[in-house]
Amino acid sequence: MPAKATPLRDQHRACGGRLVEFAGWELPLHYGSQVAEHHAVRRAAGVFDVSHLALTMVSGRGAKSYLRRLLANDVDRLGKRIAGLYTCLLNDSGCVIDDLIAYRLADERYRVVSNAATAESVHARMKKIARAFPVTLVPEEERVTLAVQGPQAMETGSAAATTVLGGEFASKLAALKPFNAMESRGFLAARTGYTGEDGFEIYLDAATGQALWQALLEAEVAPCGLGARDTLRLEAGLCLYGQDMDDSVTPLHCGLKWTVAMDPPQRDFLGRRALEQLADSENLPAFKGLVLKKRGMLRAGQTVRTPHGPGVVTSGGYSPTMGASIGLARVPRGAYADCEVEIRGVGVTCAVVKPPFVRRGRILVDAHGDSES
Amino acid sequence: MSEIPTDLKYTDEHEWVRREDSGTLVVGLTDYAQEQLGDLVYVDTPEVGASFAAGDVCAVVESVKAASDVYSPAGGEVVAVNENLDDAPELISNDPYGDGWLFELAPEDAAEWEDLLAPDQYEELLDSGA
Repeated sequence: MPAKATPLRDQHRACGGRLVEFAGWELPLHYGSQVAEHHAVRRAAGVFDVSHLALTMVSGRGAKSYLRRLLANDVDRLGKRIAGLYTCLLNDSGCVIDDLIAYRLADERYRVVSNAATAESVHARMKKIARAFPVTLVPEEERVTLAVQGPQAMETGSAAATTVLGGEFASKLAALKPFNAMESRGFLAARTGYTGEDGFEIYLDAATGQALWQALLEAEVAPCGLGARDTLRLEAGLCLYGQDMDDSVTPLHCGLKWTVAMDPPQRDFLGRRALEQLADSENLPAFKGLVLKKRGMLRAGQTVRTPHGPGVVTSGGYSPTMGASIGLARVPRGAYADCEVEIRGVGVTCAVVKPPFVRRGRILVDAHGDSES
Repeated sequence: MSEIPTDLKYTDEHEWVRREDSGTLVVGLTDYAQEQLGDLVYVDTPEVGASFAAGDVCAVVESVKAASDVYSPAGGEVVAVNENLDDAPELISNDPYGDGWLFELAPEDAAEWEDLLAPDQYEELLDSGA
């Protein structure tokens, strides 16, 4: 099957994008230098084409009760706001089918934004559960989703967006708190992101999306590819589906317990019973950050040796902001400040830290990898 | 289009090899290889004195994306490594055929030089999309 193209493919080519196949989509890996794009987002502003994310409109009078059954986090927490909720979709064993954002647009209208690689399993699960509720699911195709991120995203980026979207886009956006959103004339803009920086994500039709991309580039917002998206989210300590979690682990195994709403106890969401049984278990691993103290590179799959037994690196790579290698790891619980990671047969010392590593341009763990107290 | 100097030989693993007057072989990554790898962040070079057979993994180059093995183009002993790469792996991206060299090898069998790809053969390899 040929890779699918987002409505921005030609524009990626025009600005030097190196296109690769990712989850069945043809997407830019970088536009010359992944590291330069990373720094642009930490220091100024960058824009990512994330139109490959799967969008599903959930509407009908059962929309809210359907999502309260479907998702591990509780959309009731959104109240009457137009806002996004980060959550996992679980299987009956409490393991993660996908992580996603559910946006409440109105009482009977929600948009679910999930990963491209899991689109089929998510859709199948959503459809099956929907049979018991008065809801309609409509996958949304041929749309553009952009993530505008960085300390200047809310100035340079939203000013450029105002030239395309008109009205008082920038001032209305600036008035929103993190995770809140606004909907107007066919677009949805939300104060969300995946980089640890300020900014917004915006969902629009293809033609407006193409115009917005161009306006952002003209305002010198840096086009950024999947490569920088990965190093930015790793520094921000954010999980990536397929690496840090998948359908063999629960949210309690990947630092996502905070996204599971066990209250109210009568809300019977999918996977709840399995998680309740697990919650009493003493064998649950911890999910930690690692900073490599010597030269080398942490990579997913490497074995971690701790005083309490072995663990595994779930994501690893180079942190351009810290100039060191960092990783996320599933390791045994316990109080230990260091561990060893086996890199090509040799044990290399790592500091064990609490993610995030970097947020809002600031390094939160020190250069030697020790947590700031 | 990638640069392919005509005074070098090549491997199908996208390495270049230069034969010095002394008979030793200097090894590096081709322009094509560094382009594919993207921003380089770490190079694990071999130890001077280490011996390898042709095709052995003797170094690892890490980009922001992934780790990539470097194979010894011939059997022999490492007589020098480019220590500048420790602090400046980007030398490979900036000057793959010059300051970005990886290591120097004293070959056991001088005839192995003949088995390496000529520049036009390497160009064909790139054209075929390998």
